[in-house]
Amino acid sequence: MLESRRFVIIGFIALVGVIYLLRLFYLQVLDESYSIESSSNSIKRVTEIPFRGQIYDRYGKLIVYNTPVYDLLVTPYKVRMDDTLRFCQVLGIQRRDFDSLMSAASAYSRVKPSLFLRQLSKEDFASIQDIMVDYSGFEFAKSSLRTYTAPTLANTLGYVSEITKGQLDKQEEPYYRQGDYIGQSGVERIYENELRGKRGTKFVMQNVAGVYKGPWKNGELDTMAVAGENLYTGLDLEVQQYADSLMLNKVGSVVAIEPKTGQIISMVSAPTYDPNSLASRYFSKNFAALARNPYKPLFNRPVMASYRPGSTFKLIQALIGLQEGVITPGSGFTHANCPVGCHNHPATSTVALGVTHSCNPYFYNVFRRLIYKNNIKNTFKASAVGLDAWHDDIAKFGIGQRLGIDLPSEYKGNLPDKKYYDRFYGEYRWKFSNIYSLSIGEGELLITPLKMANVAAIIANRGYFYTPHVIHGVGDKKSVKPEFLEKHETGVEPHNFEPVIEGMIGAVEAGTARRSRVEGISIAGKTGTSQNKRGDDHSIFIAFAPVDDPKIAIAVFVENAGAGGSAAAPIANLIIEKYLSRKVTNKALEERMMKLDLMSKVVLPTTKKPGETETKKKAEEVKKPTGDPNDPANRLPGAPHPANPAAMRKPVTAILPKQSQQKAL
Amino acid sequence: MAESKPITKNVDWMVVLIYIACLMIGWLNIYAAVYNPETQTSMFDLSNNAGKQLMWIGTAALLIICILVIDYKFYETFSFVIYAVVIFLLVVVLFAGSNINGSRSWIKLGGISLQPAEFSKLAVSLAISKYLSDPAISLNRKLKDYYPIMGILALPAFLILLSNETGSMLVFASFAIVLYREGMPGFIPAIGIIGAALLIITLLFVKWYIAGAIIVIAGLVIWLMPVMTRRRGGLWATIIVAFAMIGIVFGVDFFMNNVLQKHQRGRIMVLLDPDSDPRGIGWNVIQSKIAIGSGGITGKGFLQGTQTKFDFVPEQSTDFIFCTVGEEHGFLGTAVVVFLFIALISRLVVLAERQRSRFARVYGYCVAGIIFFHFLVNVGMTIGLMPVIGIPLPFFSYGGSSLWSFSVLLFIFLKIDAQRPFTLSRG
Repeated sequence: MLESRRFVIIGFIALVGVIYLLRLFYLQVLDESYSIESSSNSIKRVTEIPFRGQIYDRYGKLIVYNTPVYDLLVTPYKVRMDDTLRFCQVLGIQRRDFDSLMSAASAYSRVKPSLFLRQLSKEDFASIQDIMVDYSGFEFAKSSLRTYTAPTLANTLGYVSEITKGQLDKQEEPYYRQGDYIGQSGVERIYENELRGKRGTKFVMQNVAGVYKGPWKNGELDTMAVAGENLYTGLDLEVQQYADSLMLNKVGSVVAIEPKTGQIISMVSAPTYDPNSLASRYFSKNFAALARNPYKPLFNRPVMASYRPGSTFKLIQALIGLQEGVITPGSGFTHANCPVGCHNHPATSTVALGVTHSCNPYFYNVFRRLIYKNNIKNTFKASAVGLDAWHDDIAKFGIGQRLGIDLPSEYKGNLPDKKYYDRFYGEYRWKFSNIYSLSIGEGELLITPLKMANVAAIIANRGYFYTPHVIHGVGDKKSVKPEFLEKHETGVEPHNFEPVIEGMIGAVEAGTARRSRVEGISIAGKTGTSQNKRGDDHSIFIAFAPVDDPKIAIAVFVENAGAGGSAAAPIANLIIEKYLSRKVTNKALEERMMKLDLMSKVVLPTTKKPGETETKKKAEEVKKPTGDPNDPANRLPGAPHPANPAAMRKPVTAILPKQSQQKAL
Repeated sequence: MAESKPITKNVDWMVVLIYIACLMIGWLNIYAAVYNPETQTSMFDLSNNAGKQLMWIGTAALLIICILVIDYKFYETFSFVIYAVVIFLLVVVLFAGSNINGSRSWIKLGGISLQPAEFSKLAVSLAISKYLSDPAISLNRKLKDYYPIMGILALPAFLILLSNETGSMLVFASFAIVLYREGMPGFIPAIGIIGAALLIITLLFVKWYIAGAIIVIAGLVIWLMPVMTRRRGGLWATIIVAFAMIGIVFGVDFFMNNVLQKHQRGRIMVLLDPDSDPRGIGWNVIQSKIAIGSGGITGKGFLQGTQTKFDFVPEQSTDFIFCTVGEEHGFLGTAVVVFLFIALISRLVVLAERQRSRFARVYGYCVAGIIFFHFLVNVGMTIGLMPVIGIPLPFFSYGGSSLWSFSVLLFIFLKIDAQRPFTLSRG
């Protein structure tokens, strides 16, 4: 009887065997969570960072490239050191530094390598490598630094730095990890995906303490890093540096565009800084200094600073006037019955003369006709309808719109329409007499230097533009983004440009910009004087040349330099000459402009209101409801309000006459 | 004389072949476990565990030859003497033992360390077999016949417990199989198994659900019970059993919190949820499951394992050697090992059943039971079905004492079995 129990026993043993086999089958075959990639802790993925793409200028000259640098790593438990003093000497560190670096490394891990010295140059590396045979426990890791052939274009190119916590959290697909480098501004940021290349992956084995134990499967699954794509710009490095030197000791912008393509030839944001200073191991120190600088060198003025266009806006008024048929090329206006003042100049009996002499009453009348063109009896309603029609025409020039340049944080500017004034006054409670400041480019208009350079390009092209862009070719194929090949029409017919261009030629030959004309090059230009509350007027000049076959369109803004003809026009014309003939004849003017120091005239905000950010204020200010056409955005670009509220409460009437006098230059 | 016939003719070659296969597979996996791609050493190098294991295998072969040469009656005759010697060693080790991993259980003789606890299995097996060889002993009738068995088991168990080798002590549970075969009422192991199952179920599910389920099952049993059985007390028996089970379910909390020590409780909790303590007790279980699970169907290949190298799985060449098999040879490898063990144990049961003497049969069951218990706990622990108890996998794990003791245990039985045609039945 008991013998039959053996079947129970064998059955039990077999049952255990079956249960174990099922469990093993589940663990090893069915359950994917133990597959090597997802749960292995002995296989470590090591990411290889590729070189970023290089950036070239329009003639193929290198602007940005990578320099290999070497991080020195130390594995404390391997360190054997006989002559610490010599070691410190070669590395150029103090014995004290050595001790603290070593103890920091030991505190992190005795068996894993940790950073000892960061970003040693190739020269340092060469000299150190020789003596390293005598010291064990140290190894080099290669990395790279952005390097710039010339100390220019800092804001356009942007900088690269370690990814921030916020950026890490915000990324849509988890590509970046802590410690990765990412383009933070300018071209580096916009073209981050093209520039960064493809990371390589290596699988290596490590033991439980994290110590490297050789490649996994002899590197079968490893992938190579692929360098980022090169970028080709339309920038002219020589002209750029020349423009930099002219803008030295000034606050302002230069934007030069090739009208036929929309390529940016030069883009100066003054004051600037050496981009190499943010591509070194002293990044944080240098960046903090730049961020603290009251002149805001990190602020990319050509696309972010807002100004009133001043008289340069009259060009658009004239073009719209001609296109809409409210004036003819032969229309003339006098100063009679006009609330805006003017200066003494010959009679403005044609559009061309009106432009040449920048006659305020002339464009007051043009604007008046544009607004009241619709024949509606009620002037309130007529103004509302007229303004919206005018708004749509102007918007085609890119005013109040984002142009879509390949640079971050492009400021939209402001082009008021009916809704805009309705918010201030109420619907049909305002009319032409409330908004006439727009006629001469003042009031609520806000533009950026880029937009005005684009306006110059539109006039040069006689009616159309291509979106201004820095990069016109990506990668070996030099592929162009399709949006940069799209022609934008303004709706103004080519023949309507001729009287305006004639007036611009006159301005340079005999008008407001006559002092800076260039022998042998036909330049069409227009000065502007941008009113602002902080110090002297801003000097503006937009131009293109040569008139018959425009190769360059330019806008120059110099803050607090006074009238357009005083600083902006000479600088613009010198740059045009440099670009077109590669040399400058008027050496005296060149020297005078280079030496011109306006920094003392720039009024800096003295204190900041605590707890308020700059951007918040900017947003508030643009929306600020005010009945006075002169009030909004009277400020230094990018600067916070002055703490002095009295400046804001200054009676408008006190400014108006002065403004009307000065502004027509 | 019949006994002059060569032993090779009568020895059970199937068991010998499985034994050799286990040794070889074990040895290769020990080499894989200690293999370091950076500093490669030969598998014959005595400085690593694989080389040493080869040495142990060689000496085990010498021992086996001795066992086969010694007259088979020796073991039965000297059973109690061997038992006494081992008990003496267990006492000695308490006072003179060297401390390894927190347990004073090793005797150092020159360069060799021996663990008397490993040999206590052999001693207890022989002693129980000898005791049960008396045909007057009946396990299903007389309670007093259990007392000597309890004594034989309790003495070494107590000594082993004192030297802090709980794992080796638990092996004595395997003698339940022998006692069951020899007449112990079936409900005793059944209660043990049901109790353990209830313990685990209670920790996994809500207690009231389990109680409800037990009542429902009890109701079904009573309903399906033949009327006669019910009338004869089956009704009350079922009700009492059901209430006893519910009592266990609610007693588990008390048992877990008040009876078990902290680390023992931890080992049971980790079994249920390894992630509850991933860096502590759970570490071994998680790493072990990762190693085995990452092997897939065919494994990563010999010496290609990654989890079992670089010290992720602790005790790789000893208690967790099965991980190396799982990682490098995958499901095919582990299935082969499981089949080898099941085949070996089943064969031993079959051999035990054909013995003519009760001594030989009981001893055969002891051998089968001990190997089965080691297999059950060791493999179960690596795949997360058993709590982590540090006992070796027979013939696979690195270690001289365990290899010697299992070899001696097994081959004494083979020697006795080989003499079977010439022995007379006595029980």
